[in-house]
Amino acid sequence: MSAMLERLVNQPYKHGFVTPIEEEVIAKGLSEDVIRIISRKKNEPDWLLEFRLNAYRHWLTMREPRWANVRYSEIDYQDIIYYAAPRPKKKLSSMDEVDPELRRAFEKLGVPLHEQKALAGVAVDVVFDSVSVATTYKTKLAELGIIFCSFSEAVQEHPELVKKYLGSVVPPTDNFFASLNSAVFTDGSFCYIPKGTKCPMDLSTYFRINTQDSGQFERTLIIAEEGASVSYLEGCTAPKFDTNQLHAAVVELIALDNAEIKYSTVQNWYTGDENGVGGIYNFVTKRGLCKGVNSKISWTQVETGSAITWKYPSCVLLGDNSIGEFYSVALTNHRQQADTGTKMTHIGRNTRSRIISKGISAGRSSNSYRGQVKIGPRAQNARNYSQCDSMLLGSACSANTFPYIDVQNNSGKVEHEASTSKIGEDQLFYFAQRGIGAEAAVSMIINGFCKDVFNQLPMEFAVEATKLLGLKLEGSVG
Amino acid sequence: MKGKNILLEVRNLSAEVAGAQILKGINLTVKAGEVHAIMGPNGSGKSTFAKVLAGHADYSVTGGQVLYQGKNLLDMPPEERSRAGVFLAFQYPVEIPGVSNSAFLRLAYNTLQGARGAEELDPLEFDDFIREKIKLVGMDPSFLDRSVNEGFSGGEKKRNEIVQMAVLQPTLAVLDETDSGLDIDALKVVANGVNQLIRPDNAIILVTHYQRLLNYIVPDFVHVIESGQIVKTGGKELAFELENRGYDWVRAEFDAAKAAA
Repeated sequence: MSAMLERLVNQPYKHGFVTPIEEEVIAKGLSEDVIRIISRKKNEPDWLLEFRLNAYRHWLTMREPRWANVRYSEIDYQDIIYYAAPRPKKKLSSMDEVDPELRRAFEKLGVPLHEQKALAGVAVDVVFDSVSVATTYKTKLAELGIIFCSFSEAVQEHPELVKKYLGSVVPPTDNFFASLNSAVFTDGSFCYIPKGTKCPMDLSTYFRINTQDSGQFERTLIIAEEGASVSYLEGCTAPKFDTNQLHAAVVELIALDNAEIKYSTVQNWYTGDENGVGGIYNFVTKRGLCKGVNSKISWTQVETGSAITWKYPSCVLLGDNSIGEFYSVALTNHRQQADTGTKMTHIGRNTRSRIISKGISAGRSSNSYRGQVKIGPRAQNARNYSQCDSMLLGSACSANTFPYIDVQNNSGKVEHEASTSKIGEDQLFYFAQRGIGAEAAVSMIINGFCKDVFNQLPMEFAVEATKLLGLKLEGSVG
Repeated sequence: MKGKNILLEVRNLSAEVAGAQILKGINLTVKAGEVHAIMGPNGSGKSTFAKVLAGHADYSVTGGQVLYQGKNLLDMPPEERSRAGVFLAFQYPVEIPGVSNSAFLRLAYNTLQGARGAEELDPLEFDDFIREKIKLVGMDPSFLDRSVNEGFSGGEKKRNEIVQMAVLQPTLAVLDETDSGLDIDALKVVANGVNQLIRPDNAIILVTHYQRLLNYIVPDFVHVIESGQIVKTGGKELAFELENRGYDWVRAEFDAAKAAA
């Protein structure tokens, strides 16, 4: 039965193609000079170069964290390309101007890059290696005062907003990878929803790493002003390479009074092969600040890829009555390692948080949930509910749960539930006796297991996530 | 009886589980329209026989043959047996958390329809269809939204098995101790449901320890299984005799007959 499950969860990575377009890269390695080059290439103001250099100088004093339940050989930070951009870099005003090779690559990925496809209601900002290539629907959004553009463009067009909020949630000294990102980030998405505006469509970014040995250090900043709301979708893939690629992104969300941000990710970076060769190191810092009263930030993630995932989308609940949510499905297979979870920091009164984490481990993978719930002294009547469920497929994988709870206010209420289950042979036999083959049975059980999280995803993404898990579990059943 | 279609032919079937020989030469012929009861003491091999027919991987066949509608049943994987019309009502139905009863039933039904080349039902059509089926055992529609067997009482699980039988309309249904754990009212409901599913072109094998089920589902044949063999076959009156006299005498008679032979 274990052998059958292994075949079920083993299927080749579908996005493992390299797009042969000319890229502009700078030599491997990291130094103040490299940072200056990046900053100059991007035509950045002095304060931003200072921001980068300060982050870099601080980073030099830091040590790579080793507390996560993941193992990997040391990363040589001098062996990474810190800047790669598709050439030519001339400004594009319409989709038709995008390199046909690039367009074909996105078509293969299923990104709705064409305006027509985008009519489905998704505005897409595409980040290809380090530079945002094209942004759809910008004009329509601009009419509402919504800014949705690449990070580089925001630096040029809206420097006051970038300066005000950059590093305000994840300071450049926050942690090793956030500092590295602050020093060398190349592009990402910027999104600003003005006061009282509900963004009429889901905003979407598609990240893809193309160049071998390149790191992707994107920076995303989303600001929802008073009474504003937005739903943001992020999808990720990478081609297959034998070497490991580093992805160290920083995402900062800021919700002011009565604002709401919903951030959904479907992550399908290359996982490495079944022996653990290659694959993405996904070391990401994502944090949302519920700054205003009654604000709400909701993270939903479906993590199926990467060789190593180190990621804790968190909420700082500063405003009174603010709400933080984290819904997660993490599937690991082969030699994948995931240490992922969240941090809910309750500071304001009557703040509430909810954590639903579903881990699925297969092959020889290791899947850990790590979560912290902290209720500060001023957080009167704060509440948290956490539920962490693990499912094991086969007997060579592992699942761990590391909850940290820190309550400094007597009125706080924290609930934590956890469960571990296995797909049993008797369950599969029961399905079979009703005419349902093992593949369909496993898929149905896993979708049932993930239901609470999938229900949180926007419709399109929910369908994609269901399909993706199906693909990961596809195989011949003997 | 002559001229009736033979559905199942079991010839000298032996099987083992975890290295222990449980079935030691079972012979049984089941024709369309018949109800067979297989009775026997605990550990006699009744449930093993049911599971071997369904193709459970823990049980390996060590000898003999099973023909179902003339085909070699033992060559077919469990899901194909099901799609060919062999149904097993489980003694202990498993719980499947997170999978709703209606989604499960619909997938099972549509898989079968697909295998038959018949039309599948969409969720709305299936809802109408299944609401009719559950009336058969007086099941509340709220059960359709609950996870398969999760938190169901023993009686509810058994009724759910009969609902599945009603959905799949099997040609050969094997009911493994469907009466165990049921109070008398639930037993009547389940038996009534089964009786409504009996057709001239299908057959039922009731595996049971007690005679009381047979008051409600009347068998054409009663077989006594003992140490992995069918040691006596009779009509429905044999069940009453077993109820009164226990099983020991059957074994004694069988051994005496063997010694005389």
